[in-house]
Amino acid sequence: MSANEKARLSAATTPSATPTARRGISRRTFLKATGVLVVGFSLADPTKLVAVPGARAQTMPASRLDAWLAIAENGTVTVYSGKVDLGTGVETALAQIAAEELDVPFAAVTVVQGDSALTPDQGSTVGSFTVAVGGAQLRRAAAEARQALLGLAADRLGAPAEQLTVRDGVVSVAGDPARSVSYGSLVGGRRLDIEMTGDAPLKSPPDYRIVGQAVPRVDIPAKVTGRFEYVQNVRVPGMLHGRIVRPAPQSGATLVSVDEDSVRDVPGVRVVVRDNLVGVVAEREENAIKAARQLKVTWSAPAPLPRMEDIFAVVRNMPSDDRVLGEEGDVAAALSAAARTLQATYEYPFQSHAMMGPSCAVADVRDGRAMIWSGTQYPHDAPRGLQRLLAQALDLPTENVHVIYAEGSGCYGRYTTDDAALDAALLSQTIGRPVRVQWMRGDEHGWDHYNTPMLFDLRAGLDASGNVVAWEHQVWSANHAGQSLLGSQTGGEWAISTRPVLIGDDTPKFYEFPNRRYVLHAQETRPLRYGNNRSLGALPSSFAAESFLDELAAAAGQDPVQYRLRYLSEPRAIAALRAAVERAGWEPRPSPKRNLPASGVLTGRGVALGEYGQPQTGTTWIGMVADVEVDSASGQVRVPRIVVAHDCGLIVNPDGVRNQIEGNVLQSLSRALFEEVTWDSNGVTSVDWRTYPILTFADVPDVDIVLINRPELRSSGAGESATIPTAAAIANAIHDATGVRVRRVPFTAERVKAVLAQRG
Amino acid sequence: MELNVNGRTHTVDADPETPLLYVLRNDLGLNGPKFGCGLSQCGACEVLMNGREVRSCVTPVSAAVGAEVVTLEGLGTEDNPHPLQQAFIDEQAAQCGYCINGMIITAKAFLDRNPNADEAAIRQALSRNLCRCATHLRILRAVNRYARGLQA
Repeated sequence: MSANEKARLSAATTPSATPTARRGISRRTFLKATGVLVVGFSLADPTKLVAVPGARAQTMPASRLDAWLAIAENGTVTVYSGKVDLGTGVETALAQIAAEELDVPFAAVTVVQGDSALTPDQGSTVGSFTVAVGGAQLRRAAAEARQALLGLAADRLGAPAEQLTVRDGVVSVAGDPARSVSYGSLVGGRRLDIEMTGDAPLKSPPDYRIVGQAVPRVDIPAKVTGRFEYVQNVRVPGMLHGRIVRPAPQSGATLVSVDEDSVRDVPGVRVVVRDNLVGVVAEREENAIKAARQLKVTWSAPAPLPRMEDIFAVVRNMPSDDRVLGEEGDVAAALSAAARTLQATYEYPFQSHAMMGPSCAVADVRDGRAMIWSGTQYPHDAPRGLQRLLAQALDLPTENVHVIYAEGSGCYGRYTTDDAALDAALLSQTIGRPVRVQWMRGDEHGWDHYNTPMLFDLRAGLDASGNVVAWEHQVWSANHAGQSLLGSQTGGEWAISTRPVLIGDDTPKFYEFPNRRYVLHAQETRPLRYGNNRSLGALPSSFAAESFLDELAAAAGQDPVQYRLRYLSEPRAIAALRAAVERAGWEPRPSPKRNLPASGVLTGRGVALGEYGQPQTGTTWIGMVADVEVDSASGQVRVPRIVVAHDCGLIVNPDGVRNQIEGNVLQSLSRALFEEVTWDSNGVTSVDWRTYPILTFADVPDVDIVLINRPELRSSGAGESATIPTAAAIANAIHDATGVRVRRVPFTAERVKAVLAQRG
Repeated sequence: MELNVNGRTHTVDADPETPLLYVLRNDLGLNGPKFGCGLSQCGACEVLMNGREVRSCVTPVSAAVGAEVVTLEGLGTEDNPHPLQQAFIDEQAAQCGYCINGMIITAKAFLDRNPNADEAAIRQALSRNLCRCATHLRILRAVNRYARGLQA
């Protein structure tokens, strides 16, 4: 081997730079430096920070770890974001927002994401909040910086601030461009701390030059050339590879004994047992994998899981805390007076996030301190934050635990990528060396926290003309908060968030029926681990409500679009629905089609309207039309085209929003047609891509997108919204094509064939 | 064992049965190929071996001895991407990007053999590669863009 090759190999085997170093800056040094303007929030009154909810102050006295952004004397801008990019492109969108509000070139902005010691705690990266909430916070921080710099420039240039303009980081006097000064020279060699006042004026959207543009994503060149630093690539000196040995997935078994002799022949392997956690570590990754497969472990025989086919009966009969989510009029009286009543039950199963890259983390826990690289959604010291979880698991002071975000595989709400961080940290602490843990495919599919199955009973009354006079929506659901594996590893139950997050909140209530009631049966448990999945309960709830409304339209002999419009008053909802049907070339007529063929490939179209939003974000509206082809012999459903109209308020990056819409539509198509977690009495049996099939290129339809931009409104989020109406639109299209109704997801060929068999 | 990877020869000390993936990633620091399933089901681990795509998670390193192995890094760099990589940049064809290695490697091997392939053939060629962010439409546009360039 030549010297060069040796050098190259040595460079390759040298531990990869941490994501911190990758950015070419040392953040801590930068923040302590002079020659920088730092915008933080007032420690005296952090609530003054911004008028946007969701912001929290870090309790880091006498330091500037609460910085939102910093401008260096060379004019570069560093944004400190507690929100992280989970592969959705928000790093680029946040940089656009900062560059716009500061009036600096896009390329001058770098975003540092998710570091428990360096970025503000902006809450977890969930709920499509990053642009909607984090972006709004950042916009205000940038406006503060701009205002402060204009004040300095006014002094320097001898002109009132209102006569100054800024372009590409250079302040000049309006009408006298020779009198100018750059941001960098205004900062000079000084240290300037700017506290958030909340008073800085924001730019007017018509003046935007960077926000609203399809700026190419900053991460894609590295991703397509193999240079992007995923968490899976983080390597630190002296690191061992670890794997966890678990019982049958989600069986609830506990450890009885471990036969360490069973892996004696695997080179360099050490078995680590800690409470209920069984792991192996080795110098070489393949040896850790081999040992994990080979290690003989005896587990207790747990209580068998309920039969899969009984799951919705189990759900219906579980104890629940019942509450009315909303009520208008008198549903009972209207039902009894109705000309006819209809009712139907809808079922939504366990589905997996099924990340392409299994959860991974690197932990170095030694000498009472811990450093963890993780693809976590929440690196901070907070009730659901990884820093606090690890401090608890490792019995360390929180300030001795440092969590650094590094992007993993897309996670879609797979909140407990933190599980791998926990694994790595526990192994590292036990053996006193850094450990990298990556889950195997079976771990990821089998030990995911799935969405909670949801059960719906819908009931309605129609008058003699087919108008809806009463609507009752009942839902049985468990919490959408992810559960850590911490509890089960230390011998107890899964740690369950007791905060009833979002349960029932996403019940669609936007159709204004004269008498209506929405009832939640909130439940505490499920047979398998459950929690956040993309859109939370909005997709299942939309499946039920939008299917049932279609059933009512069919019973009334009405066109499903016209029928919906009767009960809508929100202009944005109406606009999204109309935009989708216009693009789709929708011809008004009742469903199903008349004179349905008895055999062959049957075609139909279906519509659905979706809403996503929370008080913090405002509302995103999604209108959708799906075309289907149903093979009446096999029951196979093919979807050739989906039209979606999408209104998420102000669009920061239209191509970024399109990318999210395409991904949401196709992923939810996959969930609607193919996906269901399976199990037997011993444990989960859908443990790879063969047993848990997803959409492939053969199944991909055309997706035709209508973007509705509303610069006058706040950005309301696009990370999950287009997931919501898909299952309903397809179910409605299947009904249009065949005259039969599928009321349980997924619409597999087997299930559709069985429903078709009920046709006369 | 001597391996020829991205035009260079490397000496590697590993069990011959070790999956090539771990040698590429951990011994040679080539992170383009990814661990996705270890079962040859998803394609995230693919590399070119003598111009054909292979799934390095199930290919023993010994099988690569004497072959020309090319990884995603070997096709191009951020400053000088391969035209196929450039097509992915032009079409913004990634979300998390974890699967993209396999998409580019499969498309490269396929279009090298079938430069006149149409979209239906490209879809078929990619049908064993999975993407969970569901970036399929952009991936198809990128590969078609590159194919049109070949055909021009």
